[in-house]
Amino acid sequence: MTVIDLAPTVAHIEPSAPPRPPRKPILQLFFGDVMASVLTVTTGFLLILMIPALNWAVLDAVWATDDPSTCRDRGACWAFIAAKFRFIIFGVYPPDEQWRPLLVMGLILAMALVSLSPRLWGQRLIAAWIASVAVMLTLMWGGVLGLTPVPTSSWGGLPVTLLLALLSLGLGLPFAVFLALGRRSSLPIPRMLSLMTIELVRGLPLVGLLFVASILLPLLLPAGWSIDKLGRTLAALTVFAAAYLAEVIRGGLQGVSAGQIEAAKALGIPGWKAVWHIVLPQALQKVIPPLTNTAIVMVKNTSLVLIVGVFDMLSAARVAATDPVWPAPYVESYVFVALIYFLICFGISNYSRWLEIRVQSRSYR
Amino acid sequence: MKNWTIGIAALAGALTATAAHAGPTLDKVKERGRIICGASQGTVGFGSPDDKGYWTGLDVETCRAVAVAIFGDKDKVEFVPLSGQQRIPALQTGEIDILPRTLTWTLQRDANGIDFTTPTYYEFTGFMVAKSSGVTKVEEMTGASVCVQTGSTTEVVVNDVSSKLNLQLNPVVFDNVAATRQAFFSGRCDALITDAAALASVRATQSDNPDDYLIFPATKYMDALTPAVRHGDDNWTDIVNWSIQALLNAELYGITQANIDEMMTSDDPRVKRFLGVEPGNGKALGLDDRFAYNIVKQLGNYGEMFDRNLGIGSSLKIERGPNRLFSDGGLMFPMAFQ
Repeated sequence: MTVIDLAPTVAHIEPSAPPRPPRKPILQLFFGDVMASVLTVTTGFLLILMIPALNWAVLDAVWATDDPSTCRDRGACWAFIAAKFRFIIFGVYPPDEQWRPLLVMGLILAMALVSLSPRLWGQRLIAAWIASVAVMLTLMWGGVLGLTPVPTSSWGGLPVTLLLALLSLGLGLPFAVFLALGRRSSLPIPRMLSLMTIELVRGLPLVGLLFVASILLPLLLPAGWSIDKLGRTLAALTVFAAAYLAEVIRGGLQGVSAGQIEAAKALGIPGWKAVWHIVLPQALQKVIPPLTNTAIVMVKNTSLVLIVGVFDMLSAARVAATDPVWPAPYVESYVFVALIYFLICFGISNYSRWLEIRVQSRSYR
Repeated sequence: MKNWTIGIAALAGALTATAAHAGPTLDKVKERGRIICGASQGTVGFGSPDDKGYWTGLDVETCRAVAVAIFGDKDKVEFVPLSGQQRIPALQTGEIDILPRTLTWTLQRDANGIDFTTPTYYEFTGFMVAKSSGVTKVEEMTGASVCVQTGSTTEVVVNDVSSKLNLQLNPVVFDNVAATRQAFFSGRCDALITDAAALASVRATQSDNPDDYLIFPATKYMDALTPAVRHGDDNWTDIVNWSIQALLNAELYGITQANIDEMMTSDDPRVKRFLGVEPGNGKALGLDDRFAYNIVKQLGNYGEMFDRNLGIGSSLKIERGPNRLFSDGGLMFPMAFQ
């Protein structure tokens, strides 16, 4: 009996790594040719210009203090951020109930992490999202299970930013799919309706939509009907997101060859089934990069709600900076908020790059 | 049905006949268990949340006074942050019950569906310039750049003064008090415009040498910042009016948060009526007879409220100026509490 050991053979087949290019000497790397020299000098110059900023942000900065006046005539006042951290993150939410928005943010993070792997995508995940959003809203609102009710006017900070982005995209996507399908429909009425909706919304600035939702809408509604201010803001964001997502999805639909639907018809598959099971999955897969792009844009768009008096993270930071005890720490607050936005958006964009590579490799298989 | 009546009255701006008994707003508020007040998006001293998210400020405490009058609890209030454009529609449509939000009493606003109650702050706009500039009055300010805080009536004043006197002023707009002031002292603009009382305090506390700066009035006009309510519910207007009057009267009678319990034994019939020792006042409004006692017990009198939020007890250190009681030479006039 002979046992054939396969291991060496397998090892043998493994492709050898391509030889590394020899390292260039450092001097040549920076001053190899005219272009490199110019770039090096320019970059060096820009770096020198940044020294005052570095001084401000690090060397002269006040990192910790109990006395706000020490920030006067110094560099960045990071102590201010430390003092106002709670307020910027949670806004006007009652401090005793702070664990609730904290839990909401944890839940969003956990659900986002679970959803990372395309292997788990499916109806169950959608159901899980719906359930967790319901839990989040219950947590924020309270009023049941012994939780103190917290009206939406007291919601604030990062949870509001995240919830607005999440809900506007989540609620906008189904609308977007219908709008995109409607726009490509051969029936005139759905086509015209979708076209008009999309073009109208895309033709309006988001600020305009927010104003309509927050000021005009309550005046137009029958008296006594009042829709929650946060709800109206969310509606405006959702409509906006839906119109943009619809155009992205339309791009994907156009990329699926007509042969697919013809083949489905030839096999006797009903129209909507063909669209739902054959066209849409392919279309959505094609548009993952622009979809994440829209997601990033929407996350940042939520900051516009401050003009209609919703206490999102940016509003909270601005209010924090108006505290006259501290010497106008605007730049610090904005830098801090920008950093949080950057982390969120950078996360999404990195994930989308990874996803794109993964999905591509799968479709080539 | 009740909502409908309020709404229609508000929308049409028409005052339908309302009886003297408890109005629909009070019923609605009692049923809800709290008042809903319009708040600003952070105007220090008037209405802004502190680090714990607790709303403070003169406007905010005016609202708390009404909550005390109705519920005996200053925290039975919900504050809805509103932008400058949103605040009046929010009141008209019934989204909020009271609008104390640095709102100037004007004819157009009064005529368009809202009612003003009692002024809580008189504001008088002034310019501050460096003496070295040689400017001593508005007429000499041609071409000057002016640091303005956005969203305030001072923005309008700059434009009015500029066009009226043909001064070609350059407004440089900032969105917060501290930034506006800092910009002026760092030489970003030639002049700083804001409430004159605030200017005096800015000069005293934030300049290197107060003698280097000059303050003069921008116009001869004064603004009365006044909490507003919806048109058409007289009972509600009365309740808000007399909650504010309670604060003013308390100061006139010398009743403070600290001495109020001693004052209960006072022989002065006015004080007795005010504190509800002698009943009648509260009942007439549909409130507890001790509503004024409760307000002062929980919030202090107007003077205490002013000092805590705007004056010496605050970081703004604004002078009382025209906001003193008439008896001290100011404009605040308490109406007879009987």
